[in-house]
Amino acid sequence: MIIATGNDLSTGDVIWWTGNGWSRHVGDAVDVGTEGEAIIEREAAARRVNVAYLVEADQTPDGPLPHHIKERIRASGPTVRTDLAINTAIPIVKA
Amino acid sequence: MYQYDQYDQAMVDARVADFRDQTRRRLSGEMTEEQFRPLRLMNGLYLQLHAYMLRVAIPYGTLSAKQMKMLAHIARKYDKDYGHFTTRQNIQYNWIKLEDAPDILADLATVEMHAIQTSGNCIRNISADQYAGVAADEVADPRPWAELLRQWSSFHPEFTYLPRKFKICVIASQEDRAAMRLHDIGIELVKRDGIVGARVFAGGGMGRTPIVGPEIKDFVAEEEIISYVEACLRVYNRYGRRDNKYKARIKILVSEIGVDEYRRQVEEEWAHMKTLGIDPPVAELARIRAHFADPAFETGLSDEIDRSDPDFALWVDSQVIAHRVPGYAIVNVSLKPIGGIPGDASSAQIDLIADLGEQYSFDELRVTHAQNIVLPSVKKADLYAVWQKLAAAGLAEANLDLITDIIACPGLDYCSLANARSIPLSQKISERFADPARQRDIGELKLKISGCINACGHHHAGHIGILGVDKRGSENYQLLFGGSGAEDASLGRIVGPGFDEDGVVDAIEKATNLYLDQREQGERFLDTYRRIGIQPFKEAIYG
Amino acid sequence: MADVISFRDDAASQEPAVSVDSFAGQSNATAVRIEPGEDARALLPDLGRLSLVEVNFPAFGDGRGYSAARILREAGYTGELRAVGDVLPDQILAMRRCGFDSFAPRAPIDPALVEARLAAYPDVYQKVAASERPIWSLRHG
Repeated sequence: MIIATGNDLSTGDVIWWTGNGWSRHVGDAVDVGTEGEAIIEREAAARRVNVAYLVEADQTPDGPLPHHIKERIRASGPTVRTDLAINTAIPIVKA
Repeated sequence: MYQYDQYDQAMVDARVADFRDQTRRRLSGEMTEEQFRPLRLMNGLYLQLHAYMLRVAIPYGTLSAKQMKMLAHIARKYDKDYGHFTTRQNIQYNWIKLEDAPDILADLATVEMHAIQTSGNCIRNISADQYAGVAADEVADPRPWAELLRQWSSFHPEFTYLPRKFKICVIASQEDRAAMRLHDIGIELVKRDGIVGARVFAGGGMGRTPIVGPEIKDFVAEEEIISYVEACLRVYNRYGRRDNKYKARIKILVSEIGVDEYRRQVEEEWAHMKTLGIDPPVAELARIRAHFADPAFETGLSDEIDRSDPDFALWVDSQVIAHRVPGYAIVNVSLKPIGGIPGDASSAQIDLIADLGEQYSFDELRVTHAQNIVLPSVKKADLYAVWQKLAAAGLAEANLDLITDIIACPGLDYCSLANARSIPLSQKISERFADPARQRDIGELKLKISGCINACGHHHAGHIGILGVDKRGSENYQLLFGGSGAEDASLGRIVGPGFDEDGVVDAIEKATNLYLDQREQGERFLDTYRRIGIQPFKEAIYG
Repeated sequence: MADVISFRDDAASQEPAVSVDSFAGQSNATAVRIEPGEDARALLPDLGRLSLVEVNFPAFGDGRGYSAARILREAGYTGELRAVGDVLPDQILAMRRCGFDSFAPRAPIDPALVEARLAAYPDVYQKVAASERPIWSLRHG
């Protein structure tokens, strides 16, 4: 699946496209199919997201899990400060 | 320490208003991200892995207690209660909101601080020897020169869109504590016929193509240093490559056209520049120098240190450096607790260090490129009290220049450029070598970790360097031996195939064991490596 | 031609600019355009017959044109020096200081914004244009 991500323009928070808005939790992300570029363009123009892009992910029982480690760390928070994490349940290193 | 006059303050205040307006235009949609990006970068504001990151300049690594307290205040008020001291002697905050950035700059301006040119393709914060002004071996204090260069480089209109970033370093002793020759321009102050001038190196750097900078000028007098550096920059701005960002640093220009040709072009440009009246009068450097006059050192102090507390004695042996004034010492505060995050400090720790600077070190502190803090002038009689307070705050690790005094970039935990995490690896190495006796037995060993080829963690210059790479989606680490950022500057060499995180820790242990077995009297790890070569290490690690 | 923002007393030149290469062969040309990477010093022997030099900025991040402008002014060129192409409002102050006195930005710029940008800083740290009085000079009289 393909999911869309970026940062909140004002706060800088990592956000994921949910189908009708943006969430801080990758688990809320939806497959954008072939609509990704259009969604990004529209949302960036409306300043609801900054520096948005598309990433590949797998659908898992806990929701979408990005393929790339960088995106998994974006989704979880810094692995060395789990006290600041968004979601420590996200596996960083693939089994 | 340098203090702003009304002109400096007005410029920094103007920058705050300027950035406030730029931020407003971005948030309102008047500017696109593409247009805003270079402007925010020139104010040190990145969009990083988790949020905006703000890099605040600490010019030549020197700051007052009040400034240090402001850094704690910003961490507390606008960030998540901590900051990260960098290999460029700056501090970074990882969780900044764009909407807060103008207010942060305004707060910084109240204590004569800013984030000007801490990123972007411009002249960056000037770095210097962290022991400037107090080292026993320097020919002059390099900081007045660094401040002169700071002012000259601030908002320089010709050099705002250089091919790539540009880093300048100033030192004033033969011992190089600031990796001077790994800068775009390195300046070593030297004395000739009793007069202090600049010996200039150009085209050094790390990154993807590490180069130890060659000398381009043996002596530039103080009244001509600005026109000389300006000529260096103009040649670079005109002819540095712009077709490939990985070949855009001045080191590539100098190595492609050759140091002699670069030198010739600079001389030609300089001959022209000198006629333009762009050099400040010597009175300006003298004015700046007056700000760096000695504090009121007491005389007749004892050099005795009561070493009856063994833990304290160990700390003194590790962290305390000779000061040029009798009765005083230079104190290094380690930001490398065993298993900690190199260079990170909490607001409370930053405040505590600031208090110690205020009470015991003439209100002054330094940040080192090795991501530690220095109290430059502590009375030897006060060392015990300082140590006790540091120990109570978890800041009394005794590991200066030892294997656990690791330089590490933020890596993939924070940085969007990184390919692998640096910090967890540094923590594992630190824990493996935690035993203080073992660390001291191994002795000086500079271990430096970068999470990508950009080399913010100076891996090329580590006695042991580690480079994190992406190997088919997994973190992998290459090991390098034999680098040095000091006066014996050299570039590390890759030992062999890379490792996973645990593998690299094991490999380092095998290498240090080999060193312990092979070393001759007085040899550091680096010396033994240089003597016996890489082959025995390969055999020990891969055999 | 895009609207020209001019800081000169005379009217903006309408002369079509020729390339640096063809300028050398055209003894009657009075306007020339410098591309990034071209040597502004190639024009120095002929400055006297030039009334317009355009410096092209195909992309705002390519800063070679700032050096080109300064080199021409340092050599005594007093004619119109125009920045064309990807010229952004936040760059105009630095460009002015390097000697540009007219601007033909690809995307129109609000004149009020230009005015605000030019007034953003009270002083300068460097002597870049001959007319500038840097802070060190203010300090030492």
